[in-house]
Amino acid sequence: MRVEGHAAYDFKRQQDAGAFPDGRGHFGAFGGRYVAETLMPAILELETAYRRIAAREDFQVELGKLLRDYAGRPTPLFLAGRLSKKIGGASIYLKREDLAHTGAHKINNTLGQALLARWMGKKKVIAETGAGQHGVATATAAALFGMECKVFMGTEDVRRQAANVQRMRLLDAEVVPVASGTGTLKDAMNEALRYWVSAVRDTFYIIGSVAGPHPYPMMVRDFQRIIGDETRSQILEAEGRLPDVLVACVGGGSNAMGLFFPFLEDAVEMIGVEAAGLGISTGKHAVTLGAGSVGVLHGSKSYVLQDADGQILEAHSISAGLDYPGVGPEHAFLKETGRVRYESVEDGAALAAFKELCAMEGIIPALESSHALAHAFIEARKRSSSDLIVVNLSGRGDKDLGIVSGFGAGGE
Amino acid sequence: MNRIESCFKGLNARGEKALVGFVTAGDPSITESIRIIRAMCEAGLDILELGVPFSDPTADGPVIQRSSGRALKAGITLARVLEIAEDLRRSTEIPIVIFSYYNPILAYGGDRFYRDAAAAGADGVLIVDLPPEESDELTGTWPGKELAFIRLVAPTTPHERMAAIARGAAGFLYLVSMTGVTGSGGLDLDEISGVAGRLKACSDGTPVCVGFGISTADQVRSIASFSDGVVVGSAFERMIEDHLDDPDLPARMAGMVKVLKDATR
Repeated sequence: MRVEGHAAYDFKRQQDAGAFPDGRGHFGAFGGRYVAETLMPAILELETAYRRIAAREDFQVELGKLLRDYAGRPTPLFLAGRLSKKIGGASIYLKREDLAHTGAHKINNTLGQALLARWMGKKKVIAETGAGQHGVATATAAALFGMECKVFMGTEDVRRQAANVQRMRLLDAEVVPVASGTGTLKDAMNEALRYWVSAVRDTFYIIGSVAGPHPYPMMVRDFQRIIGDETRSQILEAEGRLPDVLVACVGGGSNAMGLFFPFLEDAVEMIGVEAAGLGISTGKHAVTLGAGSVGVLHGSKSYVLQDADGQILEAHSISAGLDYPGVGPEHAFLKETGRVRYESVEDGAALAAFKELCAMEGIIPALESSHALAHAFIEARKRSSSDLIVVNLSGRGDKDLGIVSGFGAGGE
Repeated sequence: MNRIESCFKGLNARGEKALVGFVTAGDPSITESIRIIRAMCEAGLDILELGVPFSDPTADGPVIQRSSGRALKAGITLARVLEIAEDLRRSTEIPIVIFSYYNPILAYGGDRFYRDAAAAGADGVLIVDLPPEESDELTGTWPGKELAFIRLVAPTTPHERMAAIARGAAGFLYLVSMTGVTGSGGLDLDEISGVAGRLKACSDGTPVCVGFGISTADQVRSIASFSDGVVVGSAFERMIEDHLDDPDLPARMAGMVKVLKDATR
């Protein structure tokens, strides 16, 4: 049955072919747009606006200036000489995202999305946050642009990340505690999606990871790829060649996608590191790719932690930023194609790597990034001294001092 | 003719509109839930939406979130929901629509779901987070048309998209009455009657039912005047929540159905 005059509307129209994601936001069998009809028009509008605006040179120039003059980019690529020597084997370089404004890579994405919101004429932004880093980065961009900002945060995370709650409030954002479910990141995202449905006409939802419905996984990756682009030119300048291995932690997976993406066509090994919490066998972990299965959560198809009935399970990690039972769909795709290897690191090994970096290089890393470091140590030992490993040091660890001292790692 | 079609045909002949009732299967317990649903059907409910609880119901407000939580705690699964449907089917010809998020169906297996739901006597399925862009992956391999795949339209749906959704419609079209989650307030009757009119103009006779945020007989009466049916969900769940240990809960639910049903006549 055809309706006169509307035959042109095709749900499967392809906007560009060849690249990932495809025109419908699929990375192979993953990704897509699994949202209620109320949100569909908003994400279709966002996709159109993103493709139109982000391609403009004046938008890119404005964003580039902000990243340089406000966020402090490029961030350094630092050869961790003492650490490499102590660990033995390959040389370890650190991509210092912890030195970006607000102390993590999250600012790359929030400046990009908030600027897009401004170009789209939206004056209100919302965000979900786990550890609080994305919430702080969103509140920061909102303050910079004079936008109204609400950040949804699980009550459990509000409790364990009190310093970031205070920062967001100083930045004039409203922190909305979310008590439903387990009171962590997935519940914050549920509530942000619910709020967005009710305010979709004038509100821009700044998602913090390469998760959510299309176009978010693509858009967040595009805003984060600056990490990999800078790394490429920095390592070429320092070493005259590309690195052998890239290592990054994966919760939702934005810092890893940002580092990996510009190297996908090169002969460079890539390892994503998930949080194994107390150990995969205990069930208290966040190893979504390594121990989960295919499902649909928060608008896209990817790997999720779920029971046999498709109910989502609670994740566990010492690091609030990795404590998420889902993962970005492009990571699911890169796992299936074998392009990226995914490993996992338990709480204890991450804490040990945290301490090692503090003591050997005078850098206090985020617990998230400490997972990547811990696996990089294993990888370095297996390799020769001429090999080069780049670890994405995605954030600084000031926010984690309370947690770390609770585990007796504070030096007493 | 399937049960949904003959239901609307009968309503038309009597000059009535449909009262569609949503209940979360398994809330507050599996046995009590069955008693509640039977009482509602006997009290004159026209179409039953049997909700499959999900751990992360992003389209639902606090009332249905809590009801889903209670039902999951009571041990409900999609397989049990289909057993409830099958059990009901032995004693009633009421159209049954399975109402779910996608992930429980994906975990169950799409083809297995079609087979088992059809065999249980369900007439339709509505999957909140499976828009037309993605639904082929599920319905594309279904061997028949025993289950109507019911589609949603929202006030934010642009006209061309609305027309395209209407073209692919089966059973009835579910028009979401507002931009918000289930159970929220702020129903704008003027806006929704306008949207319903536009949708009916392109629905080629597929019935249009309106839901989200409708709780009183007055609202049902107003909405019935410009639609083919009215969906009530959170209001029923609120009644359940307020009378969790009340042995008269099924009778209370039946009374509520009678009052709301009267408003559709």
